[in-house]
Amino acid sequence: MAEVEETLKRIQSQKGVQGIIIVNSEGIPVKTTLDNSSTVHYAGLIHQLVMKARSTVRDIDPQNDLTFLRVRSKKNEIMIAPDKDYFLIVIQNPSD
Amino acid sequence: MGHLAESTGNYLDLAPPARLVVLVTCIQRRTGAATQQVLLDDEERVDTVDRWDESHHGKGLIKPPDQLELTEAELKEEFTRILTANNPHAPANIVLYNSKECCYKPTVVEQMIVHFVVEGSLLHQDSDEARRQKAKGGLPEETATFDTGAGPDEAKPETLDTPADDEGGAGEEDRPDSVASKTNQKKEAKVTNQFDYSERACQNLNNPHRQIGCQPEPPPRSNFSSLANQWVIYDAYMEELQKQERNKEKQKAAPSKKDPDNTKRAVVSTDSHGHDISKVRKAVKIIERMVNQNTFDEIAQDFKYYEDDSDEFRAQEGTLLPLWKFQYDQAKGLSVTALCWNKKYQDLFAVGMGSYDFNKQEHGLLVFYSLKNTAFPEYSYPTKSGILCIDIHEQHSYLVAVGFYDGCVAVYNLNKEGMDAVHKSTAKTGKHTDPVWQVRWQKDDLDNNHNFYSVSSDGRVASWTLVKNELVFTDVIKLSLNGAMSEGTEGSQQPIIACGTAFDFHKEIDYLFLVGTGEGKIHKCSKTYSSHFLETYVAHSMAVDAVKWNHFHPKVFISCSSDWTIKIWDHTINTPIFTFDLNAAVGDVSWSPYSSTVFSAVTIDGTVHVFDLNINKYEAICQPAVMAKKKGKLTRVEFNPIHPIIIVGDDRGYVTSLKLSPNLRKKPKAKKGQELATGPEVEVAKMDKLLSLLQQPENSTA
Repeated sequence: MAEVEETLKRIQSQKGVQGIIIVNSEGIPVKTTLDNSSTVHYAGLIHQLVMKARSTVRDIDPQNDLTFLRVRSKKNEIMIAPDKDYFLIVIQNPSD
Repeated sequence: MGHLAESTGNYLDLAPPARLVVLVTCIQRRTGAATQQVLLDDEERVDTVDRWDESHHGKGLIKPPDQLELTEAELKEEFTRILTANNPHAPANIVLYNSKECCYKPTVVEQMIVHFVVEGSLLHQDSDEARRQKAKGGLPEETATFDTGAGPDEAKPETLDTPADDEGGAGEEDRPDSVASKTNQKKEAKVTNQFDYSERACQNLNNPHRQIGCQPEPPPRSNFSSLANQWVIYDAYMEELQKQERNKEKQKAAPSKKDPDNTKRAVVSTDSHGHDISKVRKAVKIIERMVNQNTFDEIAQDFKYYEDDSDEFRAQEGTLLPLWKFQYDQAKGLSVTALCWNKKYQDLFAVGMGSYDFNKQEHGLLVFYSLKNTAFPEYSYPTKSGILCIDIHEQHSYLVAVGFYDGCVAVYNLNKEGMDAVHKSTAKTGKHTDPVWQVRWQKDDLDNNHNFYSVSSDGRVASWTLVKNELVFTDVIKLSLNGAMSEGTEGSQQPIIACGTAFDFHKEIDYLFLVGTGEGKIHKCSKTYSSHFLETYVAHSMAVDAVKWNHFHPKVFISCSSDWTIKIWDHTINTPIFTFDLNAAVGDVSWSPYSSTVFSAVTIDGTVHVFDLNINKYEAICQPAVMAKKKGKLTRVEFNPIHPIIIVGDDRGYVTSLKLSPNLRKKPKAKKGQELATGPEVEVAKMDKLLSLLQQPENSTA
């Protein structure tokens, strides 16, 4: 558990990382480093995206599963790593 | 008189004159007519004339302007008028031509004028139509007969009437029934009593409608929606399958199987506590890598795709492109003493940290880095004593053998949690008395136990076997000098026994291995002979730092030493084939895994040297200074098994990765038409060619 905390801290201190959100399987944010409204916003939208992506991947081959999802936009990059019960969202601006 | 009257038609009767008077007034006098027929009696005629005249005279004779002038005689003329039934407008005579008789014949002229026609709806009661209607209307035939008959007509209606009287209003219903029953008519004709029949209706009370409903409590409902995708179905099946398997196991009452390691990586076992955060461990790891990849994006791109184009212009030389630099906070002050790539997961490598300095002996560190996450190590194990050498098992890449400065050897299992070694040798179990300079895993022995070898400055080459969670050692060879030499050599404690500083096992011939000693000699030994060396090479004037067999060629090996030289040998020949002088103490040398003629060496002045014997037999083809001269010494170098990178460790605790430019990775050019043959045979052939070239001028090497 401590190692997870440490890892999160390291991620947070990486160059350009704007925020980390941990969301549970129902789409409710569990832990976050952003403000409340942004968190809720991100969580709600990304939850649906991940469900869709996962459904797509698994529908094509049920033995396959989604490992991670990167959404690169002009201003930043949203990285999502889904797990069985949770998924982790990190927003980074790598060119900072 | 009589016959005159007859000819005038039907309208006139020979009635007494009184009646005629009426008619006579209708007759107009015709003036100027020829006939003198008198319609009426003389008396009447005169009367009428008189009357007519009188009427005229009485009113006063007014003559219209167009009055016809007539004489008296003419005025008194009498004219007769006849009233006939003929149509006055009808033509008097019509003739038709009769072709038979060829003359005109008069036809009868129609005298009938129809003034007015009305279609009536009266039917004669005896006509067919009337009868039909009566039948339809439901009037019984009897009633029809009632009317037609003259006598019984009056009697029967009366008879009917009387029963009507008796029954009154109440009998209405019976009568129609009786009538109906007699005649089998659908409709009854209500023949009602004319006198005191009154219709009276009765309606019973309509009960007011009431609605009584009963509503039970609705069962609790919840909305359920789901998709039946392929994967949903698949998951359901898998769950079912697992349930069945579990049931089977329970039935067998056998000990439950442990879940096989289904992770691709040798991951430390996951926490199964209920705490929220720890469940995201895997995800966090992935995210960290992703973030790092982003941060070091350029480097990652270079690593994968960058090929130095300028190599085309540099005929023989190549370059090394610096990629990532690995550093760890806790490793400050330690120097890298060992590097080892993992054969199975080629992005993972192990770094052993310790200190070469005899005086400053501190703790050590075993760190594993992955190229996927270059900012932080995957695993790290702090140790009490400095590490000097590590080796990762080829098949079971979670087993790591470590040799320490204090003479211990240990085995770490990456799969298991905890910071301690799984096995560690102690003084009782035969640890070395001097630093362990090299460890190497061997193939599993006959009992399928893992075992590894270690060489140490105390002159022993020991073999350690993992037998049921214990380390059991056996001494394989004791190194001794032929003839005692009391000169101290680097790192040696006891003059009589030579100290082994490096060894390497032959790639193919299992029992054959080489040991380098602190005196500069290299011994070729066999596992089976414990006291006798197969051969001894006088290699260097100082301690042999590294001895490595060539990956491809079975006869060639390389050795490096602090006497600034690198020597390449053919083990059948006593003298080196190649010698390279690098102007600085060589810390490590390593063959490349892709070519039999390429190797690299690092020196304490911070330079990496890459040699390709195929291209240049005398010089390095690439000599970049990786570190500034005064800042650090490079201590170790290793090639990655598949990627064209090398990692270089230095005495500051940093590990730098460098990418080899294409010139350094040259494969032999194919002749036109021939396929580019790859594979170990080619490499061997390459080496052979070189060797054969050198067989003749043996003196050319210096």
